[in-house]
Amino acid sequence: MEPILEVRNLSISFTQYGRGTRQVLLPVIRDLSLAVAPGQVVAVVGSSGSGKSLLAHGILGILPYNSHMAGEISFLGQPLTPRRAAAVRGKEIVLVPQGVTYLDPLMKVGPQLRKGRRDQSARTASRAVLERYGLGADTEERYPFELSGGMARRVLIATAAAETPRLVIVDEPTPGLDARAARRVLGHFRELADGGAGVLLITHDLELALTIAHRVAVFYAGETVEEADAADFAAGRLRHPYTRALWDALPQNGFIPISGAQPGPGEVGEGCPFASRCPKGRPECMGPVAYRELDGGLVRCLYPEGGEQP
Amino acid sequence: MKHRLLFTGKKLIRMALLLLGVSLVAFLLMSASPLDPLKTNVGQAALGSMSQEQIAKLEDYWGVNDPPVERYLGWLGDFVRGDMGTSLLYRQPVSQVIGQRLQNSLWLMAFAWVISGVLGLTLGVIAGANRGKLADKLIRGYCWLISSTPAFWLALVLLVVFSVWLGLFPIGLSVPIGADAADVTLTDRLYHAFLPALTLSITGVANIAMHTREKMADIMDRDYVLFARARGESTRSIVLRHGLRNVALPAITLQFASISEIFGGSVLVEQVFSYPGLGQAAVNAGLGSDLPLLLGITVVSAAIVFLGNLMADLLYGVVDPRIRRGAART
Repeated sequence: MEPILEVRNLSISFTQYGRGTRQVLLPVIRDLSLAVAPGQVVAVVGSSGSGKSLLAHGILGILPYNSHMAGEISFLGQPLTPRRAAAVRGKEIVLVPQGVTYLDPLMKVGPQLRKGRRDQSARTASRAVLERYGLGADTEERYPFELSGGMARRVLIATAAAETPRLVIVDEPTPGLDARAARRVLGHFRELADGGAGVLLITHDLELALTIAHRVAVFYAGETVEEADAADFAAGRLRHPYTRALWDALPQNGFIPISGAQPGPGEVGEGCPFASRCPKGRPECMGPVAYRELDGGLVRCLYPEGGEQP
Repeated sequence: MKHRLLFTGKKLIRMALLLLGVSLVAFLLMSASPLDPLKTNVGQAALGSMSQEQIAKLEDYWGVNDPPVERYLGWLGDFVRGDMGTSLLYRQPVSQVIGQRLQNSLWLMAFAWVISGVLGLTLGVIAGANRGKLADKLIRGYCWLISSTPAFWLALVLLVVFSVWLGLFPIGLSVPIGADAADVTLTDRLYHAFLPALTLSITGVANIAMHTREKMADIMDRDYVLFARARGESTRSIVLRHGLRNVALPAITLQFASISEIFGGSVLVEQVFSYPGLGQAAVNAGLGSDLPLLLGITVVSAAIVFLGNLMADLLYGVVDPRIRRGAART
């Protein structure tokens, strides 16, 4: 099946002023590739500061003016140019943002849902979509500060479901929610996928991501280091040492930490960004490492787990 | 409602204390002034030709020999009873002088207040929404230029260009020279108030525009604007639907806080245009040691500025749903 979204070798960098008036190009995402098929939930999992949110902004074409994006993004088989992104965002590609700060604090929920339309059909539609997420008609008359955390999250999901999206990009949907509420919220995204849309779930929470995702792309220091089936995790068929470390760090899998910290933007050389923390790191890892297929997944490692030597 | 009444009550008590403080400071400054009221108002030459008796009479009139504490307490006692005293220079009740002057100034200040508010808000929103682009650079350039221009200098330039060279506007005063008071029309008043008001507006715009620009630029960086963009809203829609709504609150504060600046500016501008307003009267009272008039003007203008800020606070409660609904709950 043709993927809804395909991202190849995406890089995003920022122009910043270094010392004096010297401009520096700061790469935040360096080499990111992934694909989302219809009906599929693809999770992009990475720790904080790995540049995950920028991926969402990059696809939507709403990066800040001092940023620079390279690589290929195609949506429904056609290149997603800035012009096309502007035409489809909010309609065919929707974003579900992190929290209540993404709602205008001085506008009631109803008008925000309707995006300025005042006709009767828009009213009926907004009423219906709120109801779909268990929110009463009085929610329309509330200001964002009058919503609880869970309600705000459902209102944000409702903004997405009010359109007829082909691709739903979800940015960190679960912080601040208890496990049950988080699972219920994630269930809503699975529903959207079951309706035929592609869902790109951006999160730091591997465990929760695995409860609904079909595929998982692991993101480290601006690169996708592995793309695997969700089932590969439980089956132990992991390819990249970082994915393994992430899996082992989960409480139920031993809670095993690794030393060191993720390198920040601009601190990564040409080679594998994980090399300095990797138990299997070798001098060759400092050279270029290709992203290649392995056992039905993708991996960016010279010596992947369970893989043949190159 | 009860909440808001309580709030207003507290504010009014604070205002009374403020006015007391302001009048005291104004009085102390006046007492410390090296100007001799007799020399400035009667003149060195005239004094020389007067007898000791006459001089003693004048000293008595200007209150030179009364102890300061007694003078202040005397003024305060009358003021509390509603009597602002008699102006020593104009020989009319202070309340009457202030009333007339305020009427003249009000034209000017209201005009300047509205123009600088509307124009400043518009320019600020345009600049903030287009940060870093040409429109922003032009507006900022204009604001910097105007901010670094003294109001009285600008007044002189406008006077020279429009009144002297082009002859489009009168060179001073608030009504035509020699006209009967009954013949003065509203058009005459507006015609005379135009240049001073324009000066005040031009200088007032810069401050409001720059502050609004900061707020607007800040809003454009907020999460909800990013999300509106992600939902396909155009920049125009974002500015009109979210920008203006959110900039309204700081704009109210700015607008009412600018009353004090316009008051301050009017003192200089009225002087240049010989416009018989409150500002000019304040200068005359200060230089001429007219204590009752100066204290009266000080207290009245402080009260106007304070009430302006109080209005802003009260409007906040009406406009901001977080205060309006939040207060209704508790």
